[in-house]
Amino acid sequence: MKGIKFILAGILFGIVMSKSEAISWFRIQEMFRFQSFHMYGIIGTAVVLGVIITYVIKKYKLRDYEGNPIVFTPKEKSVSRYLIGGIIFGLGWALTGACPGPLFVNLGHGFWAILLTILGAIVGTFTYGVVKDRLPH
Amino acid sequence: MIEFISQPWPWYVSGTVIALIMALLLFFGKSFGFSSNLRVICAACGAGKKVKFFDYDWRSQTWNLLFLVGAIIGGFIASEFLSTGEAVQISQATIQDLRQLGISAPEALQPKEIFSLDSLFTVKGFLILLLGGFMIGFGSRYAGGCTSGHAISGLSNLQLPSLIAVIGFFIGGMITTFVLLPLIF
Repeated sequence: MKGIKFILAGILFGIVMSKSEAISWFRIQEMFRFQSFHMYGIIGTAVVLGVIITYVIKKYKLRDYEGNPIVFTPKEKSVSRYLIGGIIFGLGWALTGACPGPLFVNLGHGFWAILLTILGAIVGTFTYGVVKDRLPH
Repeated sequence: MIEFISQPWPWYVSGTVIALIMALLLFFGKSFGFSSNLRVICAACGAGKKVKFFDYDWRSQTWNLLFLVGAIIGGFIASEFLSTGEAVQISQATIQDLRQLGISAPEALQPKEIFSLDSLFTVKGFLILLLGGFMIGFGSRYAGGCTSGHAISGLSNLQLPSLIAVIGFFIGGMITTFVLLPLIF
């Protein structure tokens, strides 16, 4: 039963990604063509509020529901892995119009073809694990 | 009420709800990052026996798989009960650009040229979905996160690496949009 809150949070995520149309290939095309403010408004609002939330949590040393401190792990310093990895990710994002979350939300909508993309994403993740040590990080 | 939330949500409502989800997960002692699930799925399938990268305590990430299951259910609820079924209202400029590529104006949430089962069984359609997915999985793990982990969680924590990753997302996205799509379609 401890897990149900994560399912509920996921349901809220699936609904907001759907109702914001952020799971639509069309919206992602519109974003990468800079032809609408919609996606930038969504991400921008989330980031501005996210910065405030993160700041407040750190400043007042807020704790989670079990009373443990909320910790933020800084990302390791690097340029190449974020830039190269990010570019490869972006290539796929614009092609399929979905990032990892929306892949699964689209599945809930019954777009069965996306199962192939999910399979591709799992194989891609596995391939990264195999060749990881030979890549610049 | 149902009719009201069945309309497409404005960006400021959507962005606020996404920030709320991030805050909720922090309050639950976790962090918002969806693509980690792909690594968890590999590990849960036994990839850790062969590849060191997947040999870790993936069971501690079960919560994220539950979040994934919720996301599928949320998508189902949205399409079954909270949808007006109308086409995505994208800008005229985008509709015209896409028409030049041979992709028709939105009639629903997704273009049939890519997501219909008919296109799935063409060589082009098959490769778009499979290779697109491959790059999403490979790239997000290489970059250490996707839109949720970097663009939302990372930028909220003012992480420079996340900004670099997001810049990468846009470089890649624009290469696909302006170079690859015209070649493919």
